[in-house]
Amino acid sequence: MTDTASAPLLAVDNLSVAFGPSRVVENLSFSVRAGRTLAIVGESGSGKSVTSLSVMRLADMMGGQFPTGQVLFESRQGRIDLTTATQKTMRGIRGKEIAMIFQEPMTSLNPVFTIGDQIAEVLILHEGMSKQAALAEARRLLDMVRLPDAADLLGRYPHQLSGGMRQRVMIAMALACRPKLLIADEPTTALDVTIQAQILTIIRELQTELGMAVIFITHDMGVVAEMADDVVVMWKGRKVEEGPVADIFARPQHPYTQTLLAAVPKLGSMTGEAYPKRLPLTVMDGDTPRLVGGEHVQDTARYGLPPVLSVRDLVTRFNIKKGIFGGVTHRVHAVEKVSFDIHPGETLALVGESGSGKSTIGRTIQQLQKETSGTILFDGRPVSSMNGTERQKLRQEIQYIFQDPFASLDPRKTVGFSIAEPIRTHALINGSKPIQKRVDELLERVGLTSAHASRYPHEFSGGQRQRVCIARALASNPKLIIADEALSALDVSIQAQILNLFMELQEQQGLSYLFISHDMAVVEKMSHRVAVLYLGQVVEIGTRQQIFETPAHPYTQRLLSAVPVADPARARNRTMLEGEIPSPIRRVGDEPAIFKRTEIAPGHFVASAA
Amino acid sequence: MAGFLIKRFLQAIFVVIVVTLIVAFAIRLTGDPALMLTQGAGSVTEADLVRIREALGLNQPFLVQYFGFIKGLFTLDFGRSFLGGTKVSTLLAAALPATLLLAFSSLIVSIAISIPLGIKAATSRGKWADQAIRILSLVGLSFPNFWLALMLVLLFAITLKWLPPSGMNGFESFIMPAVTMGIILTATNVRLVRTAMLETLNSQYIMVARAKGLSENVVLYKHALRNCAIPLITYFGLQFGGLLGGIVVVERVFNWPGLGTLAFDAVGARDYPVLQAVITVLSLMIIGVNLLVDIAYGLVDPRIRTE
Repeated sequence: MTDTASAPLLAVDNLSVAFGPSRVVENLSFSVRAGRTLAIVGESGSGKSVTSLSVMRLADMMGGQFPTGQVLFESRQGRIDLTTATQKTMRGIRGKEIAMIFQEPMTSLNPVFTIGDQIAEVLILHEGMSKQAALAEARRLLDMVRLPDAADLLGRYPHQLSGGMRQRVMIAMALACRPKLLIADEPTTALDVTIQAQILTIIRELQTELGMAVIFITHDMGVVAEMADDVVVMWKGRKVEEGPVADIFARPQHPYTQTLLAAVPKLGSMTGEAYPKRLPLTVMDGDTPRLVGGEHVQDTARYGLPPVLSVRDLVTRFNIKKGIFGGVTHRVHAVEKVSFDIHPGETLALVGESGSGKSTIGRTIQQLQKETSGTILFDGRPVSSMNGTERQKLRQEIQYIFQDPFASLDPRKTVGFSIAEPIRTHALINGSKPIQKRVDELLERVGLTSAHASRYPHEFSGGQRQRVCIARALASNPKLIIADEALSALDVSIQAQILNLFMELQEQQGLSYLFISHDMAVVEKMSHRVAVLYLGQVVEIGTRQQIFETPAHPYTQRLLSAVPVADPARARNRTMLEGEIPSPIRRVGDEPAIFKRTEIAPGHFVASAA
Repeated sequence: MAGFLIKRFLQAIFVVIVVTLIVAFAIRLTGDPALMLTQGAGSVTEADLVRIREALGLNQPFLVQYFGFIKGLFTLDFGRSFLGGTKVSTLLAAALPATLLLAFSSLIVSIAISIPLGIKAATSRGKWADQAIRILSLVGLSFPNFWLALMLVLLFAITLKWLPPSGMNGFESFIMPAVTMGIILTATNVRLVRTAMLETLNSQYIMVARAKGLSENVVLYKHALRNCAIPLITYFGLQFGGLLGGIVVVERVFNWPGLGTLAFDAVGARDYPVLQAVITVLSLMIIGVNLLVDIAYGLVDPRIRTE
């Protein structure tokens, strides 16, 4: 081996990053060699993204400074310290020697320029190519990331592409000048699992092909297990642990790493269990991990009682106006002939990818969206023929919890006011003293204190805000809670806590949940029954055990195989995933085929082609 | 695109009908032009007034007068002014270029100044350059246009005698009216550019553009500015209407021989044909600018174009 191969390509040494008086990263050191993948893992606020922006010196534009340390990079001109390099030098390195892929593929591409122009721009800038040559190269790059019809794509605009396609364009753009180092900041977080699997495969293959070093920034331990050679764990701006990926997973040393790994839901961890289970949580108590709570089997579902909610042949479609004179030419077939029941105390999970119609079902049940046909029975009464008073009652008994807890709380009202609002609206309690008491009680119920009532949403962390939203939902004594991706925006350790809170509330109050999620591992922990949705139809429905242990529909199998598992020892064994998720938009008159379902085991229905 | 233009054209016809109807009706509520014309003429008999009304066509029913006016629109024959009997089309032909020159040049100068200043303010947010630009724009916003116009006249025409106080007579006479209009427009536009730019600069694709190694000027003027264009074009289009309103006052102060002065005099004299014609032309101009704005949306933003 030559000397250059053994010397690290990038060596971060004792780096601190400060924004004004606050230090976001402190005394961080790590190094990456050519051809290796380093994962930087941490939860929100750990400083992992700031680290990547600092290496690129993009943190400067946000006011970042580097009070200590250096970032040594083996550039074409020899070894240089990036923290002291001029912005002019950095412009020669960015995009050419170090490239970066960002988290949000939907907003990473400039909406007003064509794909071709955006890729060609880098080549013209760094390689001095002519526009013509750059476009030809751009086309080759799009082929490389396996986008079909590359020639046609060059002239298209970002909004005409799906999220997965855009992220591939980003990868093509980042790799245009064959950089020595690729920094990928949460590149698959916003994508569906099957698309995530494709993107991860592409990054891995291109890394081998180009011999690049990769810094992979993520919060997802499953992705780490699949991608990384080495791991750096960050917590509150500091590195708490580093080592080869197998060691980190098998023998985590630092208490934080242990907590983090314990919180990660692992697909397949519930195999053999008939019911969902509440497991004790490892939480950080100062600097030491501590186990909280005990083990409870969640056998809360009352199948003997009539269902709380019965959905029969539900169809929801949206018209899209496309004709010159406002005529309807296309429709979104969001939900097509969906039927299911939820019993008291039961959690039914709706799983599926973007466009599967899972959120539309939730919105239709709440009557935020009118159904096209079909019936929804709540407590045996049809929702569509309810009068004003009954509808009001329905809005009290069905509550919604959304993905983004910050967006769903009024920023100008105290959380106490927000929690009290449903109590006042539905006149559940009268008098401000008793309402105040109830609000305090609800806050304590979700693990906050009565002192929190007078604070505003921005004073809380993401997890606390979601607890406030849960308290608000509980305020109206609901029978059914529709949780739409309620855990998706939260860090794993917080996610585990909220998950346990959901189950605890179910046990105490006999709540039913319609749990809408794309995260298979969370669904496995939480639900009694699972319905898998694909293009608005249920392709498979059954008990949790049936769906996860004996999945029968090919789509369910694909979905399960795409989930990255947080265990580097487990062999990567997945059916090769190809292609995009098809669009639910259809021309008027072009009706989709409705799948027939057959019962292959008691309560286990699988769709077969119609 | 053709369908869109047809739709817009039909809308424009509707707007012109409504605007002209309102104007023609409202102006007839203001009083009798025959009385106005004979004011101070000593002994005027009722028979004289009837004769004047007949001569001006005012004895006919309102709708007949209105349709006569609409018919004239198609042949560009707007009738004759009640005052002096000049053809209205001749008056318009003289005044329209003067107003257009003033309006467009102040708008263009203002855009040319406010874009770089607004971008500078946005990129140096919170620093002294930003503060200075914001304070200056607030000062500019606080001037009423007539006051600013009078102060300019006082300083440059009366005290310093550098510029002519009024009239349209070469480039020098053009400076003060254009500066008056320009200062007020620029003050608002700078703030608008700054706000639009700040929002765009927070976008992920700006970070991506920087991560490509592009220079700041390319990032700002190529990647960011084009994305700000939609709110800016919308506002500049709306502003054009306000600009035409403001121009009446400014033209009056500087005695600028444009549509504003023409309209002002016509109102005073109840000169129906002139006023109707001026307002119709102004509304057509506003409709035209809005149409241009809609077309511009499609040009700058592919999301609108390909819809």
